[in-house]
Amino acid sequence: MPDSATTLAIAGLVAFGGAALAYRVLAHRRGLGSAADRATFATLHTASLAAPPLRAGLTKTGATKAARHLRALLGASALAITDGQQLLVWEGTGDSHAAEAVEHARRVMESGRTEVLGATTLGCRQLDCPVRTAVIAPISAGGHVIGTLAAYSGAASAGLVRATQEVAGWVSGQVELAELGASRTRLMEAELRALRAQISPHFIYNSLTAIASFVRTDPERARELLLEFADFTRYSFRRHGDFTTLAEELRSIERYLLLERARFGDRLVVSLQIAPEVLPVALPFLCLQPIVENAVRHGLESRPGRGSIAIVAENVGTEAHISIEDDGVGIEPEQVRRALSGEGGGSSMGLANVDARLRQVYGDEYGLVIETAVGAGTKVSVRLPKFHPGVRAS
Amino acid sequence: MSTPASIVAVLLVTVATLVIGAYGLRMARTTSDFYVASRTVSPAWNASAISGEYLSAASFLGVAGLILAYGVDMLWYPVGYTAGYLILLLFVAAPLRRSGAYTLPDFAEARLSSIPVRRISSVLVVVIGWLYLVPQLQGASLTLHTVTGAPPWAGSLIVAIVVLTNVLAGGMRSITFVQAFQYWTKVTALLVPLVVVLLHWQASGGPTPAGTAFPTTREPIQVQLATGTSVQAPASAQVVVHGSLDGADVNGPVTLTAGTHYLGAGATVLLPAGTVVPQGLGASTVHNSTWLRPLQGGPGTDHPLYATYSLMLATFLGTMGLPHVLVRFYTNPDGRSARRATVAVLVLLSGFYLLPTVYGVLARVYTPDLLLTGRTDAAVLLLPARVIPGPLGQLLSALVTAGAFAAFLSTSSGLTVSVSGVLAQDVLRRVASVRAFRWASVVAVTIPYLISVAAYRLPVADAVGLAFAVAASSFCPLLLLGIWWRRLTDVGAATGLVVGGGLAALAVLTTILTHPTSGWTAALLTQPAAWCVPLAFTVMVATSYATRRRLPEGTGRALARMHTPESLSLRPDPTA
Repeated sequence: MPDSATTLAIAGLVAFGGAALAYRVLAHRRGLGSAADRATFATLHTASLAAPPLRAGLTKTGATKAARHLRALLGASALAITDGQQLLVWEGTGDSHAAEAVEHARRVMESGRTEVLGATTLGCRQLDCPVRTAVIAPISAGGHVIGTLAAYSGAASAGLVRATQEVAGWVSGQVELAELGASRTRLMEAELRALRAQISPHFIYNSLTAIASFVRTDPERARELLLEFADFTRYSFRRHGDFTTLAEELRSIERYLLLERARFGDRLVVSLQIAPEVLPVALPFLCLQPIVENAVRHGLESRPGRGSIAIVAENVGTEAHISIEDDGVGIEPEQVRRALSGEGGGSSMGLANVDARLRQVYGDEYGLVIETAVGAGTKVSVRLPKFHPGVRAS
Repeated sequence: MSTPASIVAVLLVTVATLVIGAYGLRMARTTSDFYVASRTVSPAWNASAISGEYLSAASFLGVAGLILAYGVDMLWYPVGYTAGYLILLLFVAAPLRRSGAYTLPDFAEARLSSIPVRRISSVLVVVIGWLYLVPQLQGASLTLHTVTGAPPWAGSLIVAIVVLTNVLAGGMRSITFVQAFQYWTKVTALLVPLVVVLLHWQASGGPTPAGTAFPTTREPIQVQLATGTSVQAPASAQVVVHGSLDGADVNGPVTLTAGTHYLGAGATVLLPAGTVVPQGLGASTVHNSTWLRPLQGGPGTDHPLYATYSLMLATFLGTMGLPHVLVRFYTNPDGRSARRATVAVLVLLSGFYLLPTVYGVLARVYTPDLLLTGRTDAAVLLLPARVIPGPLGQLLSALVTAGAFAAFLSTSSGLTVSVSGVLAQDVLRRVASVRAFRWASVVAVTIPYLISVAAYRLPVADAVGLAFAVAASSFCPLLLLGIWWRRLTDVGAATGLVVGGGLAALAVLTTILTHPTSGWTAALLTQPAAWCVPLAFTVMVATSYATRRRLPEGTGRALARMHTPESLSLRPDPTA
């Protein structure tokens, strides 16, 4: 079997590489520097191990994972991290003191200064208790004290106080990074909210004009169109949920096209080929309607005669592939490129918005694909994964 | 038994499958009517599609073969294959649909927000898919062997190539209506010949297996043994042997005394009418009266009670872990319609499984010679031609053969697509790349082909049972606990999957490679579900308790979503 031969070959290479590396490390051990250098490296390595769990902020899970490494850095008997209200983690010996950790931290939370508590305050009745003194340093972020880090040991040396302060300062830095990450996420969410659901003012104006033209000649039709318009706006302006299903989105496109037909009449021909398997796929809502709107504008508005639009949804394994094609005047490719990269507005703003939202939700490989040339029509393709964490129709 | 009609039927089915695979999408409905275009698949259609995808070689050939050989105990196979959907209906269908997951790895990710659990699930999906593909290839090679006399490895190879071509040409499509049509093709291919056979059977006095003490030939039959076989003659029999018998070359009439004999490879045996058939299966159901009694022992076990319970556990709980079946539930628009489709599946499968059962019973009367060669899986293919002489019988046999071949090709193609999708997405990590998908499908077919060559002696339905056992010991705990127990943690799920799925897969591999035959070791290895499933549940629950601090953050939300009917809005809607 070629597979096993390849595996064997790779295993052999890995073993050889490992042996060579081990030889180099052993032969050039002195290359790693003096004893002081090595101590520095060890400290930096321990710090780098403690950093990732703290990046999620000052949480119970993160603190628990980081505490082991932090205690190793300080060399204390026990280490406690609180957020002022409750104990997040007690790492090390002397568990009997864990319940008092928040009480110990209270003054530090108020003053924001490092405190050293002696044996009298800790008041341990056990004679052989390894916890006799505590050095408690504040953890602060954004100018506020948000927690404390306490090193418990037999005796508090000046060195331990200094080290505790430094470690607490380092933890503060990591937690601030976490806050930064959180605000970045909030910014992305706000961006998404700003991008969502923009129905074009042109469309509202054009629809209302078209409906107005029917009010005298065909009041019944005008009433129906107004109801469709009401339904369309209700869908577009709804507040809850960022996602919908393909079936719902198609229904909204249908209403949109009904209103456009009021303007264009028989000039607008639509053909649909939808695989029923992909109708339940969840997608960011109003992400296909702007593409159809774009197709109507390029396929019909700027030229005489009939224009046709083809909407195709295919079932392709774990994804749905959707394409919307018109046989209209097309767009200058350079103009599309500029619009998608966010420079200059123009007629393709709707597409740029959809592209940005798709990338925001699914990642960069799920952006719009636009095939067009002047006079050759336009085809816009969208790929939607059937499942993506966090994407569910509501 | 080479008949031109059957060869033509197989060729026709192959060409039709390839054409539908390549051009299937062009048959998609094109309309200008939104109402028509956005109509979702109805539960009834979807149920037909699920059944069409599900009914495989094991159902089509294997069930009848097992009943022919081992009798009433084997009814648990069709019962289990169907009852799995009852468990699915009660506990899984609607919540799974509401979770929004498309595949099982998706479910793991949605419920536990853990990428490692997703990866483990992906590996298990691939393993189960491969185990399920093995019997399909075996069944197809058996069919080709019965029709053309091709050696087993060549038959599987041809089918593997056809399936691969089909998948590569048709890409990743799986069209609900084509699969739904497959169900009805399979029913027709079994039902029409069966009706004619039954009429003929009644006209000839309705002989039943209970009529004779041992399976007895009704007309002279010539049998050729491909491999050397140890046979047990229940009573002394006058036969004509050309070839090696008990180590000596024989060339003419001979009396087989009651007891064990050895027939060499290539030996030809002519069984005159009324001969008690020597049996090559080592079964304890040689006598027709024990054949009719339960708990007499199945293939490769002498602990029938344990084997029966283990089989029930595997099939009842394994259905929910079959990758190619679950993806079909995504087509249902909501949880309610997922439930309705499952009910319809139960009805459709119950109807279907009546057919191979009757085939199995009639085969005991009409094709007892299969007990000598051990190729009992061919019973369905041979029965019509054996009962009805002349061109009509040949034609009906051709129809059954075509149906069987269609079953293998459709199920194998569906499975290959599922497995290669997971391989491309989670192993090669290339979602959109067509090249990755192609390479993945080559791997997805090659490995089961190699296993099928190694495991050619395993009865088809038994091999499928092994796939069920692995599914039941891995995905069943994940789904049931994931949906109904809020304290499941990612570590708990991962260890449960690895321990349960891993041990079951190990037992299956040992079974395939070493063919254990007797004692408790054999029983535990060939039917691993009875110990693997409880073990997997225990490990998952215990580890979750041990790591209860790691409860995934979105647990409450995920559970609420899975259990709230879509008609209830969880959030107030200001515009509604």
